[in-house]
Amino acid sequence: MPTFDYHAPTSKAEALELLGKYGDEAHLIAGGTSVVLMMQQRLLQPAHVVGLRGVSELRGIKRTADGGLEIGALTSHRELETSADVKAYCPALAETFGHVATIRIRNQGTVGGNLVHADPAQDPPPTLMALNGSVVIEGASGSREVSLDDFFLDYFETAVQEGEILTTIKLPPQHTKLKTAYLKFLPRTVDDYATVAVAVSLLADDAGVCKSVRIGLGSAGVTPLRARKVEAALLGQKLTAAVIKDASELVVDEVDPLDDTRGSADYKRKMARVWTDRALRQVALGEVRGTPTRQIGASGSARVVLA
Amino acid sequence: MSTHRLRFQLNGEPREVDVPAERLLIDLLRRDLSLTGTKETCSVGVCGACSVLVDGALVSACLMPAVFIDGASVTTVEGLSEEGGPLSPVQDAFIRNGGFQCGICTPGQVIAATALLAENPKPSADEIRHWMMGNLCRCTGYYKIVESVQAAAEASN
Repeated sequence: MPTFDYHAPTSKAEALELLGKYGDEAHLIAGGTSVVLMMQQRLLQPAHVVGLRGVSELRGIKRTADGGLEIGALTSHRELETSADVKAYCPALAETFGHVATIRIRNQGTVGGNLVHADPAQDPPPTLMALNGSVVIEGASGSREVSLDDFFLDYFETAVQEGEILTTIKLPPQHTKLKTAYLKFLPRTVDDYATVAVAVSLLADDAGVCKSVRIGLGSAGVTPLRARKVEAALLGQKLTAAVIKDASELVVDEVDPLDDTRGSADYKRKMARVWTDRALRQVALGEVRGTPTRQIGASGSARVVLA
Repeated sequence: MSTHRLRFQLNGEPREVDVPAERLLIDLLRRDLSLTGTKETCSVGVCGACSVLVDGALVSACLMPAVFIDGASVTTVEGLSEEGGPLSPVQDAFIRNGGFQCGICTPGQVIAATALLAENPKPSADEIRHWMMGNLCRCTGYYKIVESVQAAAEASN
């Protein structure tokens, strides 16, 4: 590990002061699961590390008066996975956090750290985007709210600027008939990053006509993505298997995946189509396809591992 | 490079140590405190050999800065039973059911299983597999590990 000075503020104000004092020589650490690895690999060599662990005002989950959800950035994946408030808000969201790596990482890693790390292969971003989430970013000069649609700028780059802290994740109230799913295609092991991951939130009327739809994709480009062309093709349509199949074809031109050990870019592009189709059929038509070895909860979010 | 005085509980005993900021918990345990029961193999939080409990939560000691445990309670495999005393139900079950072969992953397996049973005293086989899937074993094929955890659950109830 490179050497550094460690600072342990106990308030947000104190943390911001330290960031202001040390400028680009400072780096925040929350749960540490990503920052420690990046320091060990010398990808990060900050002279000052500011640990947020003692800043209790950044923790916690609460339902808002209007039925939305506010999550403190320092809340662990495990807390979100097991929270009754999160399950009541959207079961697929709790399940998404349950898909993150292993129990150890979920105990240690935080949702805010996950978002600012901006690895496009991580689980929470697609579902948070499908639920129209936003984040509050605070700095010395005040705070601003940024939609997750605009938050991820590039590979490991976000809208958080030097001297700023992502403090809160905000999710709006959802329609009681909203259907959601998060599907993660795992051809290797269950604790792996996805080859491609798809989150869908969909609202259809009683006649099966799509009233609103948001699709988030993970491992499909240099950032988590929205499948906007697919969404546009579904809106206002009566959702049949044929309509979903045709719309899902459009995702091929929206993704720009990277070659890695989880598949070639070409393979991932094709799998994005297959898994977008499956996720949509699941929420719209109640079909669960593939060979799910694990089926968690009523909303049908599935880990799928090919043997 | 700053140095930090940590005060924490280690296997039930109060400890006070000075560490440089960049010290990892795995190195504090193994090098500074000579508690070599906790193993380090992958060093990237994947294999589970360095599993320890921090305030009861299962974590990877290889990914955790030592400064994080200031004020916390840490349990390692050495803390599961008294030296010379009876083994914990999980330790005993791993021995009786052949839950290990070479043994390198075993401290992590035993710690992970202990954390599982503390949270869920009667896990199903599927819940055991789901919880333990981050603790890799290259010898047993996992069947004996799952059986060991089931036996420990039965012995504890």
